[in-house]
Amino acid sequence: MKYKSVFDIIGPIMIGPSSSHTAGAARIGRVARHLFGRKPEYAKISFYGSFAKTYRGHGTDVAIVGGILDYDTFDTRIVDALTIAKQEGIEVSMTEEDAVTDHPNTARVIIGDSKGQIEVVGISIGGGKIEITELNGFSLRLSGNHPALLIVHNDKYGAIAGVANILAKHEINIGHMEVSRKEKGKEALMVIEIDQNADEKIINELNSLPIVQQVVKIHD
Amino acid sequence: MFRNVAELIELAVSKQCKIADIMIEQEMEVTGRSREEVTSFMDRNLTVMEEAVLRGITEDVKSHSGLTGGDGKLLQNYIKSGKSLSGDLMLDAVSKAMATNEVNAAMGTICATPTAGSAGVVPGTLFALKEKLNPTREQMIEYLFTAGAFGFVVANNASISGAAGGCQAEVGSATGMAAAAIVELAGGTPSQAAEAMAIALKNMLGLVCDPVAGLVEVPCVKRNAMGASNAIVAADMALAGIVSRIPCDEVIDAMYKIGQSMPSALRETAQGGLAATPTGRELEAKIFGIPLNQK
Repeated sequence: MKYKSVFDIIGPIMIGPSSSHTAGAARIGRVARHLFGRKPEYAKISFYGSFAKTYRGHGTDVAIVGGILDYDTFDTRIVDALTIAKQEGIEVSMTEEDAVTDHPNTARVIIGDSKGQIEVVGISIGGGKIEITELNGFSLRLSGNHPALLIVHNDKYGAIAGVANILAKHEINIGHMEVSRKEKGKEALMVIEIDQNADEKIINELNSLPIVQQVVKIHD
Repeated sequence: MFRNVAELIELAVSKQCKIADIMIEQEMEVTGRSREEVTSFMDRNLTVMEEAVLRGITEDVKSHSGLTGGDGKLLQNYIKSGKSLSGDLMLDAVSKAMATNEVNAAMGTICATPTAGSAGVVPGTLFALKEKLNPTREQMIEYLFTAGAFGFVVANNASISGAAGGCQAEVGSATGMAAAAIVELAGGTPSQAAEAMAIALKNMLGLVCDPVAGLVEVPCVKRNAMGASNAIVAADMALAGIVSRIPCDEVIDAMYKIGQSMPSALRETAQGGLAATPTGRELEAKIFGIPLNQK
């Protein structure tokens, strides 16, 4: 089931005018910001499908930048997000793409600074609900509705067991989990949606596993 | 967990409770939250809806494009004149639905029900019925859970996105949700609520999403108006004992399939329908400052 909560239907509380094109866009931008973990110096945004055709009218542009500024769907600062981003020294560029994507409301967000960069593809599936479908070239499915752990690791036996053991020890339940890789035996990505929030101690413990390269936590 | 309307109704009948209770219990189970937490969260949404309605019918709301705003208020003044033909309750619902969407178009704060473009129908009908049925705050919160339960089925079995399924998926879904919630608030049975949803949604099938200039304004605001009136009529029909020959779940399925066969030009791309009329194009050119011949 794509929708799990009644508040996906009655909600979110948001700044108009469109739940998919405004609130959903803000959420995609915000997930990208959380994955990056700090304020970026630049943001390159590509819109596909209905997003590309109507983003100005729906305020998709201000909303997605608002998300990158870490604003929630109901934050009234979204209206001025483009100006605020400029003031804060974030260089924003936007492109309308002609390519046909699986979902009509698709956005690709590349944010970064001199130290690093991430690339996120998100889709807005209706009523403000989103899914993250790609991260740095890895395919994944992330609703952004639950706390989640993204773990970059070596594609080797025992990686899943090692991570699962630590989570079990701290009584953290896994709601949804996916593993993907670009090539056998190389870098892989584990996406784990969890019911409880994982604290700093658990993140450090996961990071100390030899097989793990990087752990990113996304809050509820 | 209920997967369709038939299961939802069966649960409510077998437990002899309201549809709202089934939705609240499922939410508690899925999120691990207490009843108080879940209902107070909905209470907050209700407050946002109430504020949006009030703002829309009392303030001079105007969108950035200038295309919409002020019609909810206009209709309130007309009701006061005592000349209304379709009845005060009906027009009050229509006015409050439009008021919500006018606030939305002006980038004001609203609660998506189930989407922002269709956010007027559920609160519009609720705050109009409030004058006639005098519900408690608790019953008003239940109204939203009942509407949410039906919306939950539509979202999971069909779509609530205009880009995916056209306006029938947005205002159509909202209309069905409102019709069912009205029945429950008025004291109807769970089955009657499902009949109301089926009757309402049947009359929204095929509705395309064709917003002028891609803005959630024209025709969205007035589609919410008609959605609200459709919901009240469908609820009255169901309460009178009229049943839908096509069961609610099959109507939802039909809506999904119609959405899938809708061309992209009619699914929130501003390429067809009203968006592509001469006036629609003229307005678009004016709003974005792009000469018509360069489109």
